[in-house]
Amino acid sequence: MRDVFYDTTTALLDEDPRTALVVADISASAFDDAHRRHPDRVFNVGIREQLMAGVAGGLALTGMRPILHSYAPFLIDRAYEQIKLDFGHQDTGAVLVSIGASYDAAAEGYTHQSPGDVALLDTLDGWTVHVPGHRDEVPELLRSAARTDERVYVRLSVQENSRSHRNGSVLRRDGSPVVVAVGPMLDPVLAATREMAVTVLYVNTPRPLDPAALRELVTGEIVLVEPYAAGTSAHLVSEALRDRPHRSLHLGAGRAEVRRYGTWRDHARVHGLDAAGLQRSIADFLSA
Amino acid sequence: MTAVTTPRHSVRELLSRVTGDAKHAPSAHSTLDVLWVLYDRVLRVTPETVDEPDRDRFLLSKGHGPAAYYAVLAAKGFIPPDRLDDMGGWDSPLGHHPDRMLIPGVEIGTGSLGHGLGLAVGVALGLRAQGFTGSRTFVLLGDAELDEGSNHEAIAYAAAIRLPITAIVIDNRSSTHGWPGGIPVRFPGWDASVVNGRDHDEIEKALSPAAGPTLVVAEV
Repeated sequence: MRDVFYDTTTALLDEDPRTALVVADISASAFDDAHRRHPDRVFNVGIREQLMAGVAGGLALTGMRPILHSYAPFLIDRAYEQIKLDFGHQDTGAVLVSIGASYDAAAEGYTHQSPGDVALLDTLDGWTVHVPGHRDEVPELLRSAARTDERVYVRLSVQENSRSHRNGSVLRRDGSPVVVAVGPMLDPVLAATREMAVTVLYVNTPRPLDPAALRELVTGEIVLVEPYAAGTSAHLVSEALRDRPHRSLHLGAGRAEVRRYGTWRDHARVHGLDAAGLQRSIADFLSA
Repeated sequence: MTAVTTPRHSVRELLSRVTGDAKHAPSAHSTLDVLWVLYDRVLRVTPETVDEPDRDRFLLSKGHGPAAYYAVLAAKGFIPPDRLDDMGGWDSPLGHHPDRMLIPGVEIGTGSLGHGLGLAVGVALGLRAQGFTGSRTFVLLGDAELDEGSNHEAIAYAAAIRLPITAIVIDNRSSTHGWPGGIPVRFPGWDASVVNGRDHDEIEKALSPAAGPTLVVAEV
């Protein structure tokens, strides 16, 4: 996904003079050619994430369309107040593109992980969040984001599904319990529910979470599996289904820091987000 | 330099109409002369051109104590003077920190310190990228605001890329731990001058265009 982001952003810089890119050393060398071609619109501010957001906010104030990029913990967690004030409070927008996600950077440790990024953006107004589950979903999400002036977050991950799908696709319709899989959670959800009579809904744009899709499908039980902090979307599910009886289970990354390295697969297992862990949790919930 | 006599007492009268700012009164008055020189002699922006893409930009980073800012904007026709009487009121667009969405001519909403300089760097880069090379970008900070580390990210980057931007630091020695050795040494790579923050001619001269980043420390 990261390479697709490089290629799509480089193409956007070539095609649309309104587009600008601001990075803070992370991935800077991938944009060397773009910088040579567009020195006035490609900026590497150094290891300065607050400034990355501030510069992008300033660019947006002049009518440019900035794209910012870093590891999720540096892009979102570290620069949270800049995101709040330098975009939202100024009534401007930008496209924030992260790598690292919740635990892709497993061997780097907790400093390079951001399970709370989407929850942080949920405290703010007007953020669209895309969580592509496959690299082929990335170009159109980025291109549509670049065409607007909205506040958009694109959360890239190493973990991805075997193929791409459109947001809102119903991939199985075998029973009344609905399992919502966000982004790269789809393949493990499909594997986990292979023997279960459930309906599987795929979402790669969890913000705004489409309430109509939930209301159309959910008749009693809903399981939402998201690759970031467990329960991040609980309030939206509750709001969408507020006037009908339902039971819900929210699965995602746990709050407790996992002080182990390894790979994203190891961390997915610890958080119960691999197929086996999801199978256990969902089966327990549906049989209760 | 313009030969126009500055209607100082008029601005002071307007300033005296601003209410509800007792807490920040010293910081409000500390900026008055610099703001007057900017809007009276330097900035290419009027109430009629607040949306022109090539206007000069003035960013008040130090959003605390905006009474002088509001008074100058009123004197120059950006704000109806009647608005000055109810600062911070429910029906007033004038808060104790300014909001760009509520006041024509206010370029950024501030209050939380340490945001204006980074935004100003982005504004200057955005103007240059769009070919508005004659448009200047100014940002005003306080000496205590420099405590915020985010400023130093912007200071270093603007110097590294030789960005033509003008930062004005109002120095009323309000930083708790001070700046031993002076403020200009905190802006390495910037052309710096220290002026009397009440001397209009001195302020105006220091605000002349330059090729790279320029710091003007206005002592008050």
